[in-house]
Amino acid sequence: MAYIPHTDTERSEMLATIGVKHIDELYEAIPAEVRFPDLELPEAVSEMEIMAELQALSEANLDVSHATSFLGAGAYNHYIPSMIDHILRRNEFYTAYTPYQPEISQGTLQAIFEYQSLMCQLTGMEVSNASHYDGATALAEAVILALNQHRLKRKRVLLSATIHPHAREVVRTYTQGMGLDIVGDEDCNVGPDQLIGLIDENTTLVAVQYPDFLGHIHDYTAVGEAAQEAGALFCVVVNPFALGMLKPPGEFGADIVVGDGQPLGIPMSFGGPTVGIFTTKDKYVRKMAGRLVGETVDKDGKRGFVLTLTPREQHIRRDKATSNICTNQGLMALASAVYLSVMGKSGLRKAAELAYHKAQYAAERIDGLGGFSLWNEGPFFHEFVVKCPKPVSEINAHLLEYDILGGYDLGNDYPELKDHMLIAVTEMISKEEIEDLVAALAEVDHD
Amino acid sequence: MDFPSDLKYTESDEWIRVEGDSATAGITDYAQDQLSDVVYVESLAEPDQDLAKGDPHSTVESVKAAADVYMPIGGQVTEVNEALVDSPELVNSDPYGAAWMVKFTVADASELDGLLDAAAYQKHCEERES
Repeated sequence: MAYIPHTDTERSEMLATIGVKHIDELYEAIPAEVRFPDLELPEAVSEMEIMAELQALSEANLDVSHATSFLGAGAYNHYIPSMIDHILRRNEFYTAYTPYQPEISQGTLQAIFEYQSLMCQLTGMEVSNASHYDGATALAEAVILALNQHRLKRKRVLLSATIHPHAREVVRTYTQGMGLDIVGDEDCNVGPDQLIGLIDENTTLVAVQYPDFLGHIHDYTAVGEAAQEAGALFCVVVNPFALGMLKPPGEFGADIVVGDGQPLGIPMSFGGPTVGIFTTKDKYVRKMAGRLVGETVDKDGKRGFVLTLTPREQHIRRDKATSNICTNQGLMALASAVYLSVMGKSGLRKAAELAYHKAQYAAERIDGLGGFSLWNEGPFFHEFVVKCPKPVSEINAHLLEYDILGGYDLGNDYPELKDHMLIAVTEMISKEEIEDLVAALAEVDHD
Repeated sequence: MDFPSDLKYTESDEWIRVEGDSATAGITDYAQDQLSDVVYVESLAEPDQDLAKGDPHSTVESVKAAADVYMPIGGQVTEVNEALVDSPELVNSDPYGAAWMVKFTVADASELDGLLDAAAYQKHCEERES
């Protein structure tokens, strides 16, 4: 469809219709002193010069192609297969908007349907929506689903302390003013079994993270059973990459599974965009927020895809909708779908196992260093906590001298974990890079 | 279009059948026609619950809308129609019979006086069509 700009004649006609002589009159509501401010821009330069300037600016940033990263805490440096960009940058996907008109959007709709199907397979759940903005908002929507499932009669929400701090904060932001009692995350030493003790008949949702923010792999079966017994919903926040190796929550009683899809073929990009995974059981589908693509047949009996169960949504249900979300992260959902199809079941497993084994090795090597000790007691996936002999910021400054990005300072979020570093190891890290990290850490003074 | 004469009606397209101090309620033929194919009926009420005139007792979802269904008069719920969960299409095929939505004990029979009879309700529907 060609873009046809207005002609001068058309502009004059429009102005005449509204009784305006000159287009400047339309800006008169803006005070004169701020109407057309002097922008004080530098002189225009050629494309060649500006490219050189921007190139220099970008090189002022250190990135993961020029540093070895052991930083995780929710955003991970995984390998991104080149296939993903080839598909994402096809104009049809790159510029596609929400597929309200199925007759001209079968490509987008099918892509989302494949994404939904893959998320169900990965998490072991029955239905997936077309995605949310990110894992944190997906968790907030899980809380809202539970509240609506209980018709707002239950107001207590149990959040495990080892769910990502940002996700818990977003839940609180989203639900402010709703009179909720959000508890359970005051102390990071409260394990799953102690969480069970907090479940009562006023609890609407119990949420845990898997693997948790500190890297632990817990068996949450008992938590799920206790939640079910009390009539509460059980939500598991996952790292989808870990599901290449770990038992999916659908197999241990989850009612809702949410997570952040960044590890599935999406770059870290200083924090976003990412994609929020949301899967649940069929019986909750009408309380689920977000877009949903369904498979159907057209009038000639040919398979087709459409946005479905739209009476859930706020443009139809208005104030009775459970959420105001009316969009998805189409391009990032597509990226994660392409990642999974390129990796395949065995590829994803292989990558997860590589990350897992490299993390175990790194943990062992660091644990052996004077002044450092591994804090985790049970099994962990690809992240682990190390108690450090000095503040984490000092250690990271030292590591930076070797172009190593150190781990996350847990003292930021857990006062009881001051001087503890969260280290992530992905499949991208080589044995040599682990040895370089160990060597650099060995140089740190300790008593 | 059906307007059974033994029923009373609200302007929001609900019907009520009263037998002694028990009542049954649902949505009218006109309503199901306006909604088109009903795909889901959700009961918001439970047995023993007291609902006032105008309180929603169910939500009906069709391919193009989601609408609340209101109590035509107040009462205490005795039964909700479970059959509608698996067969929501009954609302379209049998709105006055198999697709009843709620049964309740009447709280105040004088509230019936404010409702429309079949003729008045039919006129109300015709006025909206013009």
